[in-house]
Amino acid sequence: MIEVTNITKRYGDTVAVDDLSFTVQPGVVTGFLGPNGAGKSTTMRLILDLDAADSGSAIVNGKPYREHAAPLREVGALLEARSVHTGRSARDHLLALAQTHRIPRARVDELIDMVGLHDVAGKRVGGFSLGMGQRLGIAQALLGDPSTVMLDEPVNGLDPEGIQWVRHLLQGLAAEGRTVFVSSHLMSEMAQTAEHLVVIGRGRMIADTSVEQFVAGASKQVVRVRSPELARLTEALAGPNVTITALEPSSAEVAGASAEQIGDAAAARGITLHELTPVQASLEEAFMEVTQDASQFHSVEDPAADLGAVEGTQA
Amino acid sequence: MSATNAGAPAGVSFSGITNSEWTKLRSVRSSRWCLFLTALFVIAIGILVCLITESRYPDIHRAVHPLESSLVGVNLAQFAVGVLGVLTITAEYSTGMIRSSFCAVPKRLPVLWAKALVFAVVTFVISLPSILIAFFVGQSILSGKHIDVSISHPGVLRSLIGAALFLAVMGLLGLGLGAIIRTTAGGISALVAMVFVIPPILELALPESAYNAISGYLPLNAGGAVWTISPAAHTLSPWAGFAVFCAYAVVALAIGAVLLRQRDV
Repeated sequence: MIEVTNITKRYGDTVAVDDLSFTVQPGVVTGFLGPNGAGKSTTMRLILDLDAADSGSAIVNGKPYREHAAPLREVGALLEARSVHTGRSARDHLLALAQTHRIPRARVDELIDMVGLHDVAGKRVGGFSLGMGQRLGIAQALLGDPSTVMLDEPVNGLDPEGIQWVRHLLQGLAAEGRTVFVSSHLMSEMAQTAEHLVVIGRGRMIADTSVEQFVAGASKQVVRVRSPELARLTEALAGPNVTITALEPSSAEVAGASAEQIGDAAAARGITLHELTPVQASLEEAFMEVTQDASQFHSVEDPAADLGAVEGTQA
Repeated sequence: MSATNAGAPAGVSFSGITNSEWTKLRSVRSSRWCLFLTALFVIAIGILVCLITESRYPDIHRAVHPLESSLVGVNLAQFAVGVLGVLTITAEYSTGMIRSSFCAVPKRLPVLWAKALVFAVVTFVISLPSILIAFFVGQSILSGKHIDVSISHPGVLRSLIGAALFLAVMGLLGLGLGAIIRTTAGGISALVAMVFVIPPILELALPESAYNAISGYLPLNAGGAVWTISPAAHTLSPWAGFAVFCAYAVVALAIGAVLLRQRDV
């Protein structure tokens, strides 16, 4: 179990983590979600006592991390930034860490086989692909058979098969009763892996909720229509709560009206429809919608905003 | 996933960290190279100088004590050892390994002490036999002209052991500076500046009487006292000098330790 209470971390003038409080429970996978730069990695470093918090506290399994007699048996961590000497072999890297806790060599070999690095275990880590590095990091996290597993962006650089493997691994660890805390900037990945979500942006808490509730609360329903008489249809649908965004000359996305309402309106005026499809906003969109204001780095303005679209409408 | 080690809930122990640091030291190519070069410099240069001394006898014989002819290589080996001392910790910072190390040992300081212990022991264990080889081979070369010195001659054994101790402490000084500065280039620069650059500048800058008063306490002069058989003027006695040299390393490691605890990684 991880208990973070009012933790704050500043780097110079930048507030990386701003008064964050949350609890990560054992037995479920908890996703730690936020745009790049939101403070996820910093929070994890604070939990591991790699960085010192300016205020607040992080307690792991009842104590600050550094006060545990066998830290690697309490928390196994995969850190986002590479944390491996590139000149050392994967096996020697794991062995050196295992030796600090008198973890037997057999455990190192067992994990190397488990993460699929058997054939390259004697090679220098500097030559590893990103995916191989992630597998090594996961082996490292599991070395001490820890009751809490904390992984920063574990699926970065993994192929689809590897992503599937990590997903099953994490769910298996949670099913064994362990605390599993996994960060990602990909909502879709978390939706498939996690049960609970801690969402942050600019170091602040945005949501601490179940995945189901988060998706339900954040997503908006739109209907895609295609019609040769789009202009007439637009007129017919016009109303204070309806937003119509043209996609192509003959198709548009309608928010604020159900498929039934649109179909009835078209039929009443004899407008031909070629398509009428309710579209659930993707999880990614839901996530971006929630974190938009909190994102450190905006790439482009939302083009819909320029059209003066009315926000906050739901069917 | 089964817990194969569930029966032994052993925690972090200093001996475990020491084993870990030994694994780290032996498993990286750069440290193997530095240790190999240390032995090579000591042996090859010592023997070479003795060969030259023997062949040019009596021209250069009087200038150099036969013991010191065998130990000339230590002057070069101290660079290899100092660089390795710096690298032992700065390579962890440059690669990010330090985060893994401190996750395993979040109290941090035992990592530095274990590094220092392992490094000092390994350096001494490699240096001493190399120095003895350089000495015995060198003296047997010089014995052709009957200008050799016996190991039982006063001060000789102390100088040979002292040279190995000197190399170990030079490495510890590098380790301490590396812990303070955290980058390889910065650590090596600091070591070179402190040991080789600043003293000659002081010699130029200070009045002669002032320089003579402090010169015995400068790192190389202090550390050199323990492996020199014919001391120069204004130097400390062998073991007093060595104690001063150790103090440099201890201070560097102590500052490094304080910073190591405080800083984010």
